[in-house]
Parts: sequence; C-alpha cells; structure tokens
Amino acid sequence: MTALAPAALQSAPASSASAGGGSGIRERSLTWMALPALLMFVAFGVIPLIGVLVLSFTTWDGIGEIRPSGLTSWKAVLTDPGLPHALWVTFLVMALTWIVQTPMSILLGAFLAGQQRYRELLAVLYFIPLLLSSAALAITYKALLDPNFGLGAGLHLPFLAQDWLGRPYLAVGVVIFVVSWQFIPFHALIYQGGVRQIPVTMYEAALIDGAGRVRQFFSITLPQLKYTIITSSTLMVVGSLTFFDLIFVLTAGGPGDATRVLALSMYITGFQANLMGPASAIACILVLVGLALALLLRRLGGDATSSQLEGA
Amino acid sequence: MDPSNTSRRGFLKLAGLAGLSASAVGTLAACGGGTQPTTPGAGGSAGGGGAAAGTGAASYWFLSGQPQQAIREATVKRFNTANPDAAIKYTEFQNDAYKTKIKTAIGAGQGPSIIWGWGGGGLREYVKNNQVEDLTSFFSENAAVKDRLFPSAFEAASVDGKIYAMPAETVTPIVFYWNKKVFDKVGVQPPQTWDDIMALVPKFNDAGIAPFSLGGQSRWTNMMWLEFLLDRIAGPEVFQNAFSGKAGAWSDPAVLDMLTKIQDLVKANGFIKGFSSITADSNADLALLYTGKAAMMVHGAWTYGTMKADGGDFVSGGNLGYGNFPAVTGGKGDPTNTVGNPAQYYSISAKASDAEKNTAKKFFSTSVLDDTEIKAWADSGSVAIVKGSNAQFSGADAPFLNFIYDTASNAKSFAQSWDQALPANAAETLLDNIAKLFQLSITPQEWVDNMNKVIGQ
Repeated sequence: MTALAPAALQSAPASSASAGGGSGIRERSLTWMALPALLMFVAFGVIPLIGVLVLSFTTWDGIGEIRPSGLTSWKAVLTDPGLPHALWVTFLVMALTWIVQTPMSILLGAFLAGQQRYRELLAVLYFIPLLLSSAALAITYKALLDPNFGLGAGLHLPFLAQDWLGRPYLAVGVVIFVVSWQFIPFHALIYQGGVRQIPVTMYEAALIDGAGRVRQFFSITLPQLKYTIITSSTLMVVGSLTFFDLIFVLTAGGPGDATRVLALSMYITGFQANLMGPASAIACILVLVGLALALLLRRLGGDATSSQLEGA
Repeated sequence: MDPSNTSRRGFLKLAGLAGLSASAVGTLAACGGGTQPTTPGAGGSAGGGGAAAGTGAASYWFLSGQPQQAIREATVKRFNTANPDAAIKYTEFQNDAYKTKIKTAIGAGQGPSIIWGWGGGGLREYVKNNQVEDLTSFFSENAAVKDRLFPSAFEAASVDGKIYAMPAETVTPIVFYWNKKVFDKVGVQPPQTWDDIMALVPKFNDAGIAPFSLGGQSRWTNMMWLEFLLDRIAGPEVFQNAFSGKAGAWSDPAVLDMLTKIQDLVKANGFIKGFSSITADSNADLALLYTGKAAMMVHGAWTYGTMKADGGDFVSGGNLGYGNFPAVTGGKGDPTNTVGNPAQYYSISAKASDAEKNTAKKFFSTSVLDDTEIKAWADSGSVAIVKGSNAQFSGADAPFLNFIYDTASNAKSFAQSWDQALPANAAETLLDNIAKLFQLSITPQEWVDNMNKVIGQ
C-alpha cells in the first residue's frame, strides 16, 4: 500500500502540465488526512514502544515499584537458553508458513482472477476461514485433533488418531497447517487483485507468440506479481512474528517448549512469571527483528520507483 | 465528490472522539480518587466486627464459575441485607483473566477493598509491596473467628509469622481416584504402594486401557504427581527447604529418586496417550476416567462435583473409587500427609479507606463461612474449612465429603500446591521444567540444576 502512494503521486505531474496546481491542493489535503493516523501511531505505537524500551532497563514484578536495574534484564534474556530456542521456533514457523502459503496463494489468486461466475462463488467460500477468530479456530482444531475424543477416535481412523499436539514436530506442523489454512484466503485475495492489474494485452501478445498457459504463468503472471509477492510476504513474515492467540490456545507453547515462539515467550515471562523487565527486553528484540525483516524485504524489492507496467 | 469536505468532517468527528476520551480519562481519575479515605471520623480504632462506627461501602472481586460463584454471591447479599449502610459491591472474573487483572489493578492502585486469592507466593508478593493489610491483631481480637477454622489453613495466609489473609471457602486436597468398573473388568485391586502402581501399568495397557488420565498441557496437573511422590519419599521438609530459599535445596537425593520414578512411569506408558495436549480446563481428563478409557487419576477434590454432574451414573452408581496417594515402600513421608489447596484466601487492600477496611473486617467476622454458607458448600460437594462442618454432610455425597474432611483434618502435613506457594517467577520455571520432565526432554539431573538456579530469587 505504502509503495503505491508515492508512485501515483510521481506519475501525476508528468501526465499533464495543467495538473500542477491541482496536485498541490491534493497534497495538502493528504497531509491533513495523515494527521489522525500519525497521532494514533504516536499515542499507541511510539509512546508504548519507548515505555517498553525504558522498562527493559528496570526490574518490575507488575505490582511493586519499578526499580532501574541497568542491563540486568537484558543479560538475563540474552543468556537464557530459552531465547535461541524461541527464535529458532519463530523463524521455523515463519519460514514454513511462508513456503506453504505463498505458492498456494499465488495459484489460488491467479485462479480466482478469472471472470467466470462459479469463481466468484468459490472466492466467497475460500474467504470463510479468514472470518473466523483465531481463538475459536484453535479450540475447534484442538477438539478435532484430540487423540482420545477427536476426529480420529470418532471415525476410527488410526492415521488421524496421532498425538498431534503432544509431539514436538507434529505440533509445529499443526500450527503451520492451521495458520496457513486461516491466512491463505487473505493472501489469495491480494494476489487476485494483483493478477487483475496485469494488462490483458500482455497475454494477447504471448498468445500470438504461441505461449501456452504454463509459459504465460511463469513468464508474465509471476514477474508481474513481483511487488504483490513482496507485499504479501512482508505481511506474512512480519505477521508471523506476532502469532500468539492461536498458538496460546492450541498448544500453550507446548509440548514442553516446542511451539514457544518469541511472542508467547514474552507473554509468559511478563504475565506468568511477573518479570516485566526481561519481558520488555524480549519485546524490544521482537520489534527489532520485525523492523529488520520488513526493511530487508523492501530492499529485496529493488528500486520501488521504477514502474513495472511501463518497463516490462 | 469533494475530498477536502469529507476529510474535514472526518477530522471533526475525530476531534469529538478525542473530547470524549478526555472526559473518560477524567471519570477514571475520579474513580481513582474514590479510594482515598473520604468518610469523616473513619480514622478511629479498626476493631473487628463489633463497632458499627466507621463502616462504608467496599468493593470485592472474586472468581466466577458455578457452583462457587452462586455461594459467594449469596454470602455478600446476606451481608448487604444485614448492613444496608455498608454494602459490598462485587465484581466477578473468570479464573485466568482474574489472575492477570488483579495483579495489574493492584499494581496501578485500582484494586478492590477485598482481594480474593490463593495465599502463598502470590500473597507474599502483595505483602512485600505493602499492598495488603496485616490481620494479625484482627485475629487476636476476634479469636472466635480464627479458632473455628482449620489450623492448617493459616499457614498459606501467613508471611513471616503475621497473618495477611482470612482463610475461607473450602479445603481441596489432591485425591487418588480410580474407576471401579475398569478395575473389576481387569480383575485387579487398587494400589497400596508405588510398586503396586508400577505393576498395574502393564496390566491396564495390555487390556487397552490407559493406566492414568492426565491433563498434561495445564502443567500443574503433572505437578501434583511430584508433590505427592516427593512427600511420600522424603516427607514435606525437602520442598519446605526449597520454599524457604535454602541454596541447593533441590539437590536432595530424594528429588532425583522422585524425578526418576516419574520418568519411569512415563516411559512405561503410565499416562494416557496424548496427555501433553490435554487441558484440565476442558475436563477431558475427567471424561477419560469416567468413560473408562483410563483407570486412575490423581486430581483435586474439586473434580468430584464435575464428575458427578457430567459422568452420568458414574458417581451415583458407586463406580468412583477414591483414597489418599499410595505410599512408597521405605519412604520417610507419613502416608496421611496430603497436598493441595488448604483454603481460599481473602485479603484487605492496604490502599482501602478505613471505612472500607472496617466493612471488610465486619464481613469476615459475621458473614464469611456462616452456617448458611457452610451448608451451601456441603450441598455443592465441598468441605468448608470450619471445624465440625462434617455435621452438615448428608445424602449420597456424605462418604466422599467425610473422606475429604478426615483427610484434611487428620493430615500430619497439608502442603500447599507448589505453584501457589512459590513466587510467580519460580513457579513458572517449575511448571516449565515439569512439562519438559514429562516430555522426557530433560533428565532428572537437568531438572534439579534448572530448579536450583531460581531458589531464593
């Protein structure tokens, strides 16, 4: 979204000479519109962030006084063997959810971009998982996967009666499956929009050159979706850092600490162990990782000012 | 059509909202001010329930969930009817939500006048931060209030010899349950010793029945095993050392013995398949026992009522067996010892006004655990912590209630649940390591090392 706005602004003066005065007014009104968002961001984003940063240099049990304690909390967090493990689980979930979601979302998106009626109906059906709350989804899947009372035991299907949430790697697999199941519709929607933006003329030209459907997909659709892929991947990757509700209800980080991602580790440290200092330090690490990943993905996108539609 | 017009309207709307939220903040601030002492003449003596002078409306937060919720409500309502000028306003919270909410509220100085709690480590944290009232003098002035309650209930209400909470409600020791139907089917007897347990495990597994039900995802469910087993092997002193902060307390050889026995039981498939993904909140662990998928279970006395309600004719048909945890041959612990929750605990906020404090004290001495409430607890299948409350037991539940009453009153030692006794930080490390122990992802020695690190922190 943010990548599109400057491109639109820049192309506006170039398109016609008389648009110059008009764009000045529009820019001023845009500044006005940014103000509420900016205020909200400062109030609910920047100020709490500063608070968390300050808290990470203190010792606080959530009840008593907040005492400054220098780097104690950071030392405790950075020397805790739980941190590398939580980071590993976080990146594992991030990578695997991306690998599962991206190809399926692109394919579904490209499919749904067609104009036929039945596709509209399918699009609506595909969209349903996204409308459900994560907590409700987690409770449902937990019940379905229960080894003693779940689907496997009910239907007498031994392969479904695995100890799904009780074995470390199976539990990670279930988390990735449920996350993908929930969010593929959302990303498919983004790709659907992306595919519809591709000029039909390109496909017509390819058809004349004798390219088949598969060739068209790999030579036109995929390259044209570059920025859509970056947008969707940014959402996936940064979003996966904050998976909390689903995992908390589904496995509570277990079995043992097999699915304890960074966000969960932060909650447990802060609100179950009453260690607000170390929890704030983990929160800072979470923010830094998120910012670094978002920046990295933007860099991967290359020079965002060059237009793909004209240049291709 | 005109974008600048819409944006201005949006901005005005936003400005209105900002004004609204500003006034909301004002209201909140006013609420905060309400906790200041405002009643004139309230500075007098804080003597217990006797003097009517200087009482005022007080607030009280407690847990929701039936049947306990209705009994708590009824007690407050009886008090309010008798004391219309000093009414108590209550707010109810769901268990997990309350644990977070009460900490935040007390930390922010917005807590209630009467704090419902679990005693032990949580209470100790409040005391350390001067958040709760010292009730020692209240209890010495009102000896009758104290003397009628179980003495074992006062340990978790005390910090450094001073009493900071009123023990209340019910006593819920951990009980060894079994399904009599399943035992008859397999043709075996309930275990008397740990060796019996280990001998029963393969017999039940061969019959396709899980030996023990366990809601392992909740972690404190696993902890009950450690509490009992350590007590049976070495008595209550080992945990007492760890609790009082003695360095290296977990290095006692009895701890390694206990942890090894637990892992042996896990390795022998002693627990139901998938136990580490079962939560106690869902009551699936109880269902496993009463549906006959599991033969035995170690769980709190509070599960009796649920099994009675949900298990069809399981309890009423006399199929539920219960007893104290089996002994360990050669163990030092007294087999009458028990563990669990000796009571619930009501504290008075130190931030409350004198009038509120007086109301709370009057509530404690006149309404909490009055005869009506004791009867209500007995009817719900629980044992109130009042001496002689067994006189109220009648009907089909009487044998179980008498068993709980006798277990609680005859126990040489009634240890509080470890996670309640320890401060939150140590409790979290404990639960985390217990989960890993049952997962077989750490060795007993690693468990000891990890736990020794947080002693006295």
